[in-house]
Amino acid sequence: METQPLLQTQGKPRSRRETWRLLSLISPSLFWLVVFFLIPLLLVFAISYGQRGTYGGVKWNLTLENYGRFFDPLYLRIFGRTVIIALVTTVLCLLIGYPLAYFIATRPSRWRNVLLLLLMVPFWTNFLIRTYAWLLLLRDQGFINLFWTGGLHDFLLWLSAALPLPIWRTLLEATSTPLPLFGTDLAIIVGLVYGWLPDMVLPCYAAIERLDYSLVEAAQDLYANRTRSFLRVVLPLTMSGVVAGSVLVFIPSLGAYVTPDLLGGAKSIMIGNVIYSQFMSARDYPFGSAISFVLMAIMLLGTLIYFRSGAES
Amino acid sequence: MKGTGTRKKRASRWGSRLLAAHGVTSYLFLYLPIVILVVFSFNASQYATVWRGFSLKWYGTLLANAALGTALKNTLIVAGASTIISTIFGTMVALAMERYNFWGKLAFDSLLYLPIIIPDISMAVMLLLFFVLTKIQLGLLTIIISHVAFNISFVAVVVRARLAYFDISLEEAAQDLYANEWQTFRRVTLPLIMPGILGGALLAFTLSIDDFVITFFTAGPGSTTLPLRIYSMVKLGVTPEINALSSLMLVVSMGLVLLSLLLQRGGGGGIEIM
Repeated sequence: METQPLLQTQGKPRSRRETWRLLSLISPSLFWLVVFFLIPLLLVFAISYGQRGTYGGVKWNLTLENYGRFFDPLYLRIFGRTVIIALVTTVLCLLIGYPLAYFIATRPSRWRNVLLLLLMVPFWTNFLIRTYAWLLLLRDQGFINLFWTGGLHDFLLWLSAALPLPIWRTLLEATSTPLPLFGTDLAIIVGLVYGWLPDMVLPCYAAIERLDYSLVEAAQDLYANRTRSFLRVVLPLTMSGVVAGSVLVFIPSLGAYVTPDLLGGAKSIMIGNVIYSQFMSARDYPFGSAISFVLMAIMLLGTLIYFRSGAES
Repeated sequence: MKGTGTRKKRASRWGSRLLAAHGVTSYLFLYLPIVILVVFSFNASQYATVWRGFSLKWYGTLLANAALGTALKNTLIVAGASTIISTIFGTMVALAMERYNFWGKLAFDSLLYLPIIIPDISMAVMLLLFFVLTKIQLGLLTIIISHVAFNISFVAVVVRARLAYFDISLEEAAQDLYANEWQTFRRVTLPLIMPGILGGALLAFTLSIDDFVITFFTAGPGSTTLPLRIYSMVKLGVTPEINALSSLMLVVSMGLVLLSLLLQRGGGGGIEIM
């Protein structure tokens, strides 16, 4: 008579049959992830110490040259810019995302679920298309500039005719040419904030929702004003969400490829574009591998911080 | 005392108004670009940003575009194959991770989460390098392999969230009623976690349809998918035709994601995935 469940409830496999079952359950994924994830990952690591062959292949002689090339001022500058763009993106996401999370968390529960759903739906859809949407807005002939050199310019013309003041002249001059939005770091940052804002909001929301509001009331009873009770009580208690969100925004921003490619110009390339060109046009696999390995190392560090922040809460 | 009370109240009212205004603005920021993109796909003008009246002609040109037909076929083949494989593997591994403890579980868990966290450019580069060095011809097969590699993790996360809320006593009840192991699994466990499996499958399908970077690196000649097509169209210049194609893709994937999220929420498990 068999009365054991097909899958045991929990714990270590209790019998040989259970062990066999466990193995058959994990082995397909284990195989796939080892062959098509772990081995490629190690390959990138190994090749980053190799050398570019004459015809684009890889010569396997151990060298640190590729990591040395990082300190070439050209790449150092791009790397520095990438880090700054990712940091600014993270800070902006935090400034927009934290109050938004607070707003969602303080709605009645029925609204809360709708708002969360609305936040997540665009997040899972095509990043390329969402970036293209910003291209339509930010171009020289885009919607923002159409308003700037069209509607706003005409309005100023009308105003200056009705009310002659010297200030109109400078404003008219300013609105006669499109704003240089497209192809700038600003455009990249807007695109990245747009893309990763939900990554910031969700962990912050989770932390704020868990917050015991009676602690805030206690602080206010003890004559802490709103600012103080926020800085001394709310913020420290939701810090885990802030850290988790920041890591989740910073990592993909650092590795951005599509955003700088579509919204940035020739002068505003990021490290992701360098990786792309090493693999697709320069065919310098070892150098491309070295760059992406550095990127992954930073990512791993970020992940460690992420799980630490999760463990504390 | 009374004075400070009203002042405090007034400040708090202004605070909450400001917060609400910020909330509304944020949602406008999230949706306005998408709405504008969709609205201008119905534009009669050939310029993407000047409105010249309502027209469906750009959707008509999509139908006439033969290259898009191939891209659509490729997209569906890749998404279909990778969804089936990753849903089966991901569900199996989720069952194992929720029900068993074993040596090296923590390491395996990390390996399972890595494809979600790693920047897609790094994963793309890794896979390209692997395929080039093992001399596997780039094409639909390599795209499918790569999509399965990231989708297994997403399916596993979704199914595990569902399993975490699984009431084990239901299985015990089935056994008490003399259901054998297989019957218990087929009639009790599987139906109960089915919303999670379907949610995971839908998510995998959407991620596969929408993926650009990893597909871009692992595609070969003749294996162009819709996002790759959109990318090359955008590179050639902005046209309302791109808006039309993008709108269709957005509507399809938003629908799928919404369905997936609702399925995941169905068990009272809440929205578990980021």
